[in-house]
Order: sequence, then C-alpha cells, then structure tokens
Amino acid sequence: MKQKVSNELSVKHLLGIKYLNESDIQLIFETADHFKEVINRSIKKVPSLRDITIANIFFENSTRTKLSFELAEKRLSADVINFSAGQSSVKKGETLIDTVNNILSMKVDMVVMRHPNPGAGIFLSKHVNAAIVNAGDGAHEHPTQALLDSYSIREKLGDVAGKNVVIVGDILHSRVALSNIFALKLQGANVKVCGPKTLLPKHVESLGVEVETDLRKALNWCDVANMLRIQNERLDISYFPTTREYTQQFGVNKALLESLDKEIVIMHPGPINRGVEITSDVADSNQSIILNQVENGVAIRMAVIYLLASKIK
Amino acid sequence: MSQKVLLSATEINIILHRLACQLLENHLDFANTVLIGIQPRGTFVAKRLTKILKEEYKVKHIDLGFLDITFYRDDFRRGDKTLEATATSIDFLIEDKNVVLIDDVLYTGRSINAALTALQSFGRPKDVELLTLIDRRFSRHLPIQPNYRGRQVDAINEEKVKVMWKENDGKDVIYLIDR
Repeated sequence: MKQKVSNELSVKHLLGIKYLNESDIQLIFETADHFKEVINRSIKKVPSLRDITIANIFFENSTRTKLSFELAEKRLSADVINFSAGQSSVKKGETLIDTVNNILSMKVDMVVMRHPNPGAGIFLSKHVNAAIVNAGDGAHEHPTQALLDSYSIREKLGDVAGKNVVIVGDILHSRVALSNIFALKLQGANVKVCGPKTLLPKHVESLGVEVETDLRKALNWCDVANMLRIQNERLDISYFPTTREYTQQFGVNKALLESLDKEIVIMHPGPINRGVEITSDVADSNQSIILNQVENGVAIRMAVIYLLASKIK
Repeated sequence: MSQKVLLSATEINIILHRLACQLLENHLDFANTVLIGIQPRGTFVAKRLTKILKEEYKVKHIDLGFLDITFYRDDFRRGDKTLEATATSIDFLIEDKNVVLIDDVLYTGRSINAALTALQSFGRPKDVELLTLIDRRFSRHLPIQPNYRGRQVDAINEEKVKVMWKENDGKDVIYLIDR
C-alpha cells in the first residue's frame, strides 16, 4: 500500500482523478476510514462543517449519487441546498456561469455538480469562486465513484496495488470507466477493459490498459470485475445488434462465475439492468460487493468534502 | 529555542501511581467506570494508567476507549493546516457510566470542550471527570478544570509543554520548551 506524504490534498477542487496523486488517494481513503466508523455509530453525525454551505447542482438525473452526496454533507453538518435543472431557470435560457454565480451570491462555499457536458466542472472552477466537486461530467469523469470503487476493493482484498481488475461493458460512454482506469493505474493495479469493439474507445491502450474481447478469458484473469451498465440513453446509434446478444456475450451469470478457476469479486456502479450485464443471482451473491460500494460511497464523499472544505479560507 | 526538563521518568512514574490511586479511591473496581484517552497523546496516559491499575492494583477489568476529537474541534478552517483525524475506538456503551476523560496537557480547554461534544455521540454518561497529567494554569479559554491533575505548571503562551513517552518517543520525559 502506498504511503501518503501530506495531510492535505494537492488540489482545491475535485474535478477528476486525473488531477490527483497517489498521496491524495491514500489521504482520502484514510479519512474515509474514520468517517466509516462515524456512520456506523448510533449517532451518525459530526459537527465539522457547521459553517459551510454546499449546493448540489444536478443538470442530469441521478438518485444514488445525489442521495449519497446529500447524506455525506448532512452527516458533516453542512447546510445543503439542492437544485435540479429540470425545474429551474436553465429552461429559460440562463447560462451555467450565471446560474452558479446566482447560487453563490447566496453565500455558498462548495458546489457539487453533475452536468451532461464533459469538462463542465473544469470550466466552472475557472470562473466561479467556490470549491467544485465533479459528480459526473458527461462521458468524462466521475471521480467519487472511482474512489469508492477502489476503496471497496481495498476493503475487500486488502490492497489495490497488484490486483487485476477488468472493467466490462460500455467503456466508450462511461465516465465511471475513465475515472476507474486513472484511479486503478495510479494505485498500481493491472487493468483490462472488455466489451464489444464498438463500445471500446480507439487508442484506449494509451491509458495503460489492455483490451480483451473474450469475457471468459478476462474473468479468468481478474480478481475483480466491474460490470458497467449499458447506458441506453447515451447510445445514439446501434452499437450492438440486440440487448439479448450483448447479454449472451458480455453478461455475467451464475453458471459462468462457477465455471471460473477462482472466485472473483463482482462490482457494479448502479443502477443495475438486472438480466442484462449481470443476472439477479450474481448481483445478490456473496461475491458481489455492490451494496458495500453504496455504503462506502457516503464515507468517501464525506472524506472528499471534509478535505476540500478544510482548504476553503 | 531552549528547553528544560519539567518532569523526569521517575517523577512521571510517581505521579502516574498517585493518579491511579486517586482513580481507585473514587471508582473502586471500575465496574461502572470507563476510561477514555483523547487521541492522539492522551491515549499514552490512559494506557499507562490502565496498566498500573491492572498489574499493580489488581483491578480485573477496565473499559478503555480512545476518542478522536478532530471532527468536533472549533478551529476547523481557522488554522493553516488541515486537521488530521486519528482512530476512535470505543467498543462499549457509555450510557449511564462514569466517564473519566484522560489527556496529557490541559491548556486552553478547547480540546476537552470538543471531547465533551464528541462524547455525546456515544450516549449519555452518568457523569464525566477529567484527568490530566499536566495542567497549564492561567491559560484557559473556557471554564474547564481537571478533577485529577498530575502537575500544575505556570507556563506563558510562548512556551510549549512537550510530553514524551518511551513507547512512542524513546524515553519518558516532559520538557518545557521556550519557542
């Protein structure tokens, strides 16, 4: 396991894993360990951020991430305001900077934002005066998801370094895949991506990952399989003939898992399309750590928010 | 920067024995009493006292916990440095217990204030007492006083009291450092 060299983050915003270093990741994990202990107490709340106000701005739908962030903020005693683009003046033509600056005029210290456009968080961080946490920007990055995925692997297997991880599914449209690749490589894991060729980005090898199109081979190689959701809302053209054919080639079922040489860990960032990328008996099996991922998500987000808030002066 | 020895290893040992006896006098068999060392430095005092009570005064069982107060401090974002947390491990309930908070140096009282807030997350104790190895007189920001004190010290704000422990720093000694 890598050692952290500093007790503060090297960044003022969490825009992507790309901008973090190994020490940042270790610091976030160690802080999350403490928060995990806190959220398992009977009184699950600490007063650290009682003078911080956080705006959750979601220009794209989300249940898990939004709830997880909101819970993390409330567990830290921050004041929270929520904003969904659906019911707002964005529909009337307001620009992103105007929307956010209006929110900031109400004395908000931190913005958690999900946006359909890649780079929206980076753009915002250059134009407004608040700490920005990227909660997903288009097909670019979803840093807190990658952090909680690695944290869950660390919890289950002891360490991330040296482990073999395969990411299965729609790599092309997945921000979870990109952030996971950055995070896993940074911690010294070996990463393969697996999916239909149409859903693998060109030159993905340049990120230091290997491509495997045979799911069985990939599963036999790995310690952990991270199964991504087929994002029908982002598939503007037909990337594979039918969902049924995708499931036959890239879906994981119990029979396939049991025919492998060893027991592997199954992860999924949610929401699951049961029966498409994984079957129900796999999702609910002992090998799956899907619900641990959700629990760890709150602890990781508390750690990220706490560490970023401590840099707000 | 100059430093002088405030207490030697022998003196620390004598004081710890006295404090152990004072605890014993008030709590007898520690059946309804729990000791809580405040992270990070209070834990050394708490562990030493527990060891003395168990080995030399034959107390059979003592509940000993460690409390991290980082997330309860009132100076979050007020200093230059990020406050770094340490582990909390309290694997018993403090509901209706006599709690003895243990720390090495009592200075402004703000740490103890934070510890009292943090303690509320673990239940409602019957009462809470404070034991501190060094009490820096005349420097309190809050109305907090120890029930058990090792040594009272008059130190000005520019001075620093540094407590060192054999198990962590190589030797038992307490310095008064002039910054």
